[in-house]
Amino acid sequence: MKAFSEVSARVAVLDRPDVDTDQIIPKQFLKRIERTGYGQYAFFDWRFDEDGNERPGFELNQPQFAGARILLAGRNFGCGSSREHAAWALQDAGFDVVIAPSFGDIFRSNAAKVGMVIVQLPEDQVKELMESVDLDRGSDLTVDLEALTVTTLEGKVFPFAFDASTQYRLLNGLDDIDLTLTHETEITAYETSRATR
Amino acid sequence: MTGRSLFEKVWDLHVVRDEPGEPTLLYIDLHLVHEVTSPQAFEGLRLAGRDVRRPDLTVATMDHNVPTLPGPVTDPMAKAQLDALRANCEAFGVELHGTGSGSEGIVHVIGPELGLTQPGKTIVCGDSHTSTHGAFGALAFGIGTSEVEHVLATQTLNQQRPKTMLLEFQGDLPPGLTAKDMILGAIGQVGVDGGVGYVVEYAGEAIQALSMEQRMTICNMTIEWGARAGLIAPDETTFAYLEGRPHAPQADDWSRAVTEWRQLASDPDATYDTHVVVDVTGLAPQVTWGTNPGMVVPVTSAVPDPNSFSGGDDRDAAERAITYMGLRAGQPIEEIAVDRVFIGSCTNSRIEDLRAAAEIVRGKTIDPRVTALVVPGSAQVRRQAESEGLDQIFLDAGFEWRLAGCSMCLGMNPDVLAPGERCASTSNRNFEGRQGRGGRTHLVSPQMAAAAALHGHFVDVRALTAEPVAS
Repeated sequence: MKAFSEVSARVAVLDRPDVDTDQIIPKQFLKRIERTGYGQYAFFDWRFDEDGNERPGFELNQPQFAGARILLAGRNFGCGSSREHAAWALQDAGFDVVIAPSFGDIFRSNAAKVGMVIVQLPEDQVKELMESVDLDRGSDLTVDLEALTVTTLEGKVFPFAFDASTQYRLLNGLDDIDLTLTHETEITAYETSRATR
Repeated sequence: MTGRSLFEKVWDLHVVRDEPGEPTLLYIDLHLVHEVTSPQAFEGLRLAGRDVRRPDLTVATMDHNVPTLPGPVTDPMAKAQLDALRANCEAFGVELHGTGSGSEGIVHVIGPELGLTQPGKTIVCGDSHTSTHGAFGALAFGIGTSEVEHVLATQTLNQQRPKTMLLEFQGDLPPGLTAKDMILGAIGQVGVDGGVGYVVEYAGEAIQALSMEQRMTICNMTIEWGARAGLIAPDETTFAYLEGRPHAPQADDWSRAVTEWRQLASDPDATYDTHVVVDVTGLAPQVTWGTNPGMVVPVTSAVPDPNSFSGGDDRDAAERAITYMGLRAGQPIEEIAVDRVFIGSCTNSRIEDLRAAAEIVRGKTIDPRVTALVVPGSAQVRRQAESEGLDQIFLDAGFEWRLAGCSMCLGMNPDVLAPGERCASTSNRNFEGRQGRGGRTHLVSPQMAAAAALHGHFVDVRALTAEPVAS
């Protein structure tokens, strides 16, 4: 996994509550057995109509959000299905960070496993960030995983809380399974104690 | 020392490692696997040169992609995924309940049916409806593919200890109502994100009165209000369900197990971070009108006016949902006509669900404008239903009687809605496009779905069951 420290990049706004993972990656793309290449299918049914044409009204089709690596979203983002394909799709579509007032628990966990940064901020701060975005020309934000801050171009800083062990793992690009296997003796000891109980 | 809750007891039993500032390393007793969320995990093992640590604690089935009509899998991508699961199970020594084995079915139906699901176990699966198994007093939750790989390799998971909630159903459930109405009503009350960050324990007399199958319906929909796991204390109903099942403890082991399981119930002085009460006394059959399970009203009611929502976000979401669903504010629910009826899914495809639906349709025929499917949750449920003659009741009424699988719950197989089609569905998600692109889903109980099939629109099932039964 690639190490993450800081990203300064274009931000896209998807101001809708309860965006479920069925919308992030519709089911027809879950039949693939690969782990990569899902970006082209992200939000597929919202981005394209039945004939495959882009829907101009959909937020993420708007030109000022092109190339965005940070997504500002409504509450309960990523609720529903456990499909990790949702995180793979967002990451492959270029997003390194999602900022929202709350997240589906499984999506939050999946995103962290693949190296995305999930930033939870109070609803009023997310709204403030959304309102600060220039809807004509687009805007950039900086997300610093070391300092745990989101900073606007004007220099306004929003600190956020983050799980320390996940922060350490992401900053160093560490593999979760490798880390757990350093506790192999404890796992075996547990299995032995359960077997004899 | 204060008392511990059911969740705390199960959690404590599975702690491998607990260091300050780090997530808890939790041991997993049962890992259920299906074709959609596992291929990348097995591939990850292969690339890293790792093995499955405990194939004996890992069980696989085929459910999401399988066609429910007889014949070969014709979709090449579905076939490749099913073939991959078979090959992976063979290569890594994992028990597979594959299509045609006679023990296949929806992963959350076969786990309990085989007696694999037991009180006090930790159970995971790459599927959010793994919460279903909590009905037995197990700590069961859905995980993503990276975590599937982690469990395959280590039989453990790193978990932050969640907050705890007690959701108490107060009062007696009125006649004609079901567990599906209880949980939909609860989600309407607490909202689709009301449980985020929590593990919930469902309790109260209305829960204790439920069969195991109804309890599974409740726990199945836990994730629909954001909680990752929902548990119900094991009791005599639980033990009676499990006794004699193939993987349940046998003989002396059985009585020892039951003694242990009795200890799992929450202590009287256990505490929770949050306590929610849902009164079921005045509950009416529930029907969703929108595009998430919290957008739900009683069948006696109408599609709400978006302006009745206080927050701007909720108002916008309601407007979008009503547009997507092709409804209008104020439209009575009983006037909504349906094109399709789907009875099935890990929420409502067990034998009791099928019996309840069959009771509604017995001797009647469905509305000619409706296409209706019954999809048993497992091959065993199908056999049982056929031995009771339920298949004939459905077929005589004009339903299709299918092979086991996830079917139209998620549209990953040939059973899908066409754009604009409206479906009364016993499944768990009414998200946009869930049952097929442009499809419109209304979540209901099996009885309500059966009644909608007969009438071509939603009806209050209580009015039907009050009719005298013809002899």
